[in-house]
Amino acid sequence: MQVTVNGAAAEVADDATVAELVAAHSTGHDRVAVALNGDVVPRTGWAQTPLTAGDSVEVLAPTAGG
Amino acid sequence: MLGGETFTSRLLLGTGGVPSLEVLERAVRASGTQLVTVALRRVEASASGSMLEVLDRNGVRLLPNTAGCRTAREAVLTSRLAREAFGTSWVKLEVIGDERTLLPDVVELLDAAEQLVAEDFTVLAYTTDDPVLGRRLADAGCAAVMPLGSPIGSGLGIRNPHNIALLREAVEVPVVLDAGIGTASDAALAMELGCDAVLLASAVTRARDPERMALAMRQAVEGGRLARGAGRIPRRWHAEASTPMHGLPEL
Repeated sequence: MQVTVNGAAAEVADDATVAELVAAHSTGHDRVAVALNGDVVPRTGWAQTPLTAGDSVEVLAPTAGG
Repeated sequence: MLGGETFTSRLLLGTGGVPSLEVLERAVRASGTQLVTVALRRVEASASGSMLEVLDRNGVRLLPNTAGCRTAREAVLTSRLAREAFGTSWVKLEVIGDERTLLPDVVELLDAAEQLVAEDFTVLAYTTDDPVLGRRLADAGCAAVMPLGSPIGSGLGIRNPHNIALLREAVEVPVVLDAGIGTASDAALAMELGCDAVLLASAVTRARDPERMALAMRQAVEGGRLARGAGRIPRRWHAEASTPMHGLPEL
């Protein structure tokens, strides 16, 4: 099925979870935060949160900033 | 004292604009800072984890910001995401209302501050130099009010020193001069006006020699703080001789 990850279309398995998506998109980052359709998904809930076709996911990581 | 924590440094450093991790580390050490701002971006655009390694090994505390947010809704969500990513409920709250000047949208700012305080965030609010708004933010429960000296990254210094001094009088919480610092004298002035700390990024990270400028800012903040406590002499229109006239020889 298709979801949107950080603004780009992405193909994921029909039974994919947030945890699997994060693992695929956040190589090299340990402090990551996830928003699913505009709501925060706490790290503790990633593995229990299934994705649905059309979901919009933001996978965020630290960067420099004032 | 800030948000219930004690800091010995009164200089907060932003990491924005830093040219390399090596420069960042040298600047952090030279500045003596204990609180450093960071941001959240999409993973593909973010720095690698090594920036946090540098900050961690220098023992500084992280202060996530909400840079780029334009509404209270965006800023609240970004703060929640930052709490997840960084494991801190401290946030530098900024809600921008204008692209060219990056001036705060104060209506959205106050709305976001109220929501975040209700969610037990420690809110350090980046705001204009309006003393009345500063009081409203403090009344809303912000841990610090952070007025701009001039627009972010402009290096124009403190355009309205009187307002900064009035704002300092208007609130009990710490006042942190945030944005607009160009050089050391600007940081010293902020402290002389009564600010409790100074937050700056570009002035150091974009200086020709960031490490040396970081040291300059550290000493300026310390000097300004000392001068504030020492009590400056009143300004006079004409001179007042410092050498006594008594005993002047006739030559």
